[in-house]
Amino acid sequence: MSEEVLQQASPGLIPGSGTARAAKPTRLSPSFISWLQAGPMMLVFLAFFLIPLAFVVIVSFWDYNEYQLLPHFSGRGYTDTFEGCLAQLPELCTIGKTYLKTLKLCFMVWAITLFIGFWIAYFLAFHVKSKTWQMGLSLLCTIPFWTSNVIRMIAWIPLLGRNGLVNSGLMKTGLINHPVEWLLFSEFSVVLALVHLFTFFMVVPIFNSMIRIDKSLIEAAYDAGASGFQTLVNVIIPLSKPGIVIGSIFVITIVMGDFITIGVMGGQQIAAAGKIIETRVNALQFPAAAANAVILLVITFLIITMMSRIVDIKKEL
Amino acid sequence: MTETTRTTGVSRRTLLKGTAGLAGLAAGSGAITGFPYVKSADAKVLRYLGTAVNEGDDIAKQCLKDTGIKIEYITATTDDVTKRVMTQPNSFDVLDTEYFSLKKIVPSGNILALDAKKIKQFDNITPVFTKGETPGGKKIGGQGTAPWKVLYLEGKDSKKFATSATEFVTLIPTVYNADTLGIRPDLIKRPISSWSELLNPEFKGKASILNIPSIGIMDAAMVVEASGKYKYADKGNMTKEEIDLTMKVMTEAKKAGQFRAFWKDFNESVNLMASGETVIQSMWSPAVTKVRSMGIACTFQPLKEGYRSWASGFCVSKGVSGAKLEWAYEFVNWFLSGYAGAYLNRQGYYSAVLSTAKAHMEPYEWAYWMEGKPAEKDIKAPDGSLLEKAGAVRDGGSYEDRMGGVACWNAVMDENDYMVRKWNEFIAA
Repeated sequence: MSEEVLQQASPGLIPGSGTARAAKPTRLSPSFISWLQAGPMMLVFLAFFLIPLAFVVIVSFWDYNEYQLLPHFSGRGYTDTFEGCLAQLPELCTIGKTYLKTLKLCFMVWAITLFIGFWIAYFLAFHVKSKTWQMGLSLLCTIPFWTSNVIRMIAWIPLLGRNGLVNSGLMKTGLINHPVEWLLFSEFSVVLALVHLFTFFMVVPIFNSMIRIDKSLIEAAYDAGASGFQTLVNVIIPLSKPGIVIGSIFVITIVMGDFITIGVMGGQQIAAAGKIIETRVNALQFPAAAANAVILLVITFLIITMMSRIVDIKKEL
Repeated sequence: MTETTRTTGVSRRTLLKGTAGLAGLAAGSGAITGFPYVKSADAKVLRYLGTAVNEGDDIAKQCLKDTGIKIEYITATTDDVTKRVMTQPNSFDVLDTEYFSLKKIVPSGNILALDAKKIKQFDNITPVFTKGETPGGKKIGGQGTAPWKVLYLEGKDSKKFATSATEFVTLIPTVYNADTLGIRPDLIKRPISSWSELLNPEFKGKASILNIPSIGIMDAAMVVEASGKYKYADKGNMTKEEIDLTMKVMTEAKKAGQFRAFWKDFNESVNLMASGETVIQSMWSPAVTKVRSMGIACTFQPLKEGYRSWASGFCVSKGVSGAKLEWAYEFVNWFLSGYAGAYLNRQGYYSAVLSTAKAHMEPYEWAYWMEGKPAEKDIKAPDGSLLEKAGAVRDGGSYEDRMGGVACWNAVMDENDYMVRKWNEFIAA
C-alpha cells in the first residue's frame, strides 16, 4: 500500500505527517500500520481463496476409487483427463475438443459483449448529457439482474423452441415453411443467452473508464481537425482500455467456468470445461474433478495474463 | 403527535403482557424449574435425506399424526444423495436411496444396516425384492444392480453383500417402478413397440435420453440389443469393449443429429415433451403423468424388450443410535403400514408391501393401478386433481405384467469410471 493512500486514510498515524506527530508521537511503525490495514482483506483472501485453492491443487494429485479419496500421490486425475490424446493425434481427444469448444464460445461471447457493451457505455458516457439520466439509464441496465439468471436463461426456451414465438411468427409471415431448428439447443442459443446474461459486466467498467475521460481532450482532438472516427480510435478507445480489460476479465472468467447456461441452452449436448468437472464430481471422482479445475484455472490465468500484457491495469488505475 | 404516543402506549402494554405470558408459559411447561429436557424428549425428529420421490408433505403430516415423529426432509438428486453420504454422514438420520447406489455407499461404511427382525412387515415385502419374482411367480430380469443381489449384508458391520438371506438388510424397500420410453402419440401417429425406435432416423432431431450416465447407458444398451446389433451378458455390468460399442452407436446417432437435447431432471423432461421439442424419449412415469395433466397426449409406452427398473429403500446413518434408532425403526414400520404405500401407488409408483397398501386404497383404485383394469370411476392424484377419466386403462397394464416385464435394473458397473469418461466423450462428440 502506498504512502499517499495511507496518509489520506489516517494522516495522524504516520510520522512526519503534519501536526499529529508533535502532539502525540506514535510508537507504531508505518509498515506495521500498512500490514494492519491490509490485514483483514489478506486474511479473507487467504481463508476463502488461497487455502481452498491449495486444497484443490493437492486433491488433484490424490488417488481415488468408487467411494473415497485415497490421500497418496497420484497423477491419475491428470492422466485420465488426457487419456488417449497422444494416440488419437492428429485428431483432437475429448478434453482437447471440449476446451476448444469452450474457448470458441468464450471468444464469441467476449467479442459480442465487448461490441455491444462498448456502444452502450459510449452512449451513456457521451450522448446522455445529464448526470441524472446517466444514473437512471445505468440503473435500467441492472433491472434484468433483479431476477435469477436461471429464470432469464429459461425464458428463452418458449421463445426459440420449435413451436416457440419466433418460429410461429416466421411461419405466419410465410418466410419459412418448416420451423428453424437451430434457434434452440445450439451454439447460437448458448451464445445468445450468455451475451444476454453478461453484457452488463462489460458496460459498467467501460462506462466507468469513459466517464473519467477529460472532455477537453475530445474538444482538443476536434479542434485539431480529427474526424469522429479518428477521435474514437486515437483518444476514446485508448483511454477506455482499463475498462475494456476489466470487463473482458469478468466475461472470460465467467464463461470459461460456466456449465449451467451451456447445459440448459445447448440441450446438454455441448461439452464445456465446467461440465466435465460437474460430471466428475457427480461420479464422486473428486481428484479428477480437481485436476480439471486446475487445468481450467491455468488456461483462464494464461488468457488474463495475455490481456494484462496489452494493458498495464495497475498503471492505468 | 397523539398518534405516536398512543402507539407507544399500546406497544408497551402489549410487550408487558407478552412477557408475562411467556413467563407463565415457561413456568407451566416446567422449563423454569430446571428440567428443560422433559420437553425436548418429546420432540421426535428425524432428518430424512433422499430424492423427491418419497418425500411428500402429506406423508410427513400423516406420520407426525400417527407416530409423533417429525420428519425433516433434505431433498437432493440421486448423485447428490450419494455425495452427501460420503462426505457428511452425520448430516442426516434416515437415508432414502436407490439400490444401485449401494455399491458405492456400503463399502464406505457410512450407513448402518437395519435388523430385519425389527421390521414388522418384512415377511410381507413383495417377492420382487426378496426372490426376484412377481407375486404371481413371473421371473424378473436380473441384469444390473437388481435389489435381491444387494439386499443383505454378511454381518451387522460388514461391508460385503451376503449371497443368501441374513438378518441385516441394507435397504428396507419402499418404492420402485418399471421405466420405459415416453412418446407423443399425437405426433408419432403409429404404434411404437421397440426400444430401437429411439434411434430410428424417422425421429431425427426429435429424440432424447437422459444425461445421467449410469441410467442413460442402460437405455442405450436396451436400444442396441433391440436393434439386434449386440447381445450383452449383463447390460448393467459391461466390459470396456461393450461400453465402447454402446457409446459408438450413440455417438453416431448424435453426430447424425438424432437427439434434440438431453435432459437431467424431471422438469426438463416434461418441458421437452410438452413443448413438442421431442416426440420420443427416456422418461419417468410421473413425468408422463405430468405432461398428460397439462392436456397433452403422452404415453408411457410398454415395449416388447421390457422395462428398465429401479428401486429405493431406507437405511440409517452410522451415527444413529439409542432412542433415535428406535424412532427410525418406528418410522420405517409406519412407512410400510399402508398409508405411504397407498400414497405412492396412487402416483403410479409401486409400494413394497402390497397388502397394507391395498387396505388403504379403494377397490376401484386398486383395480386401476395394480390390476390393470379399466377405471370404474375417475382416478384422482393424491392432491385431489383428476388424473384419468373413468374407463381409462393404465399404460403397461397390471403390476404382474409390468414388473414381470422388467429386463434390467439401474446399475453401477465395475467399469463405472471408464464409462463416465466415455460418456463425457459422447457429450463432446
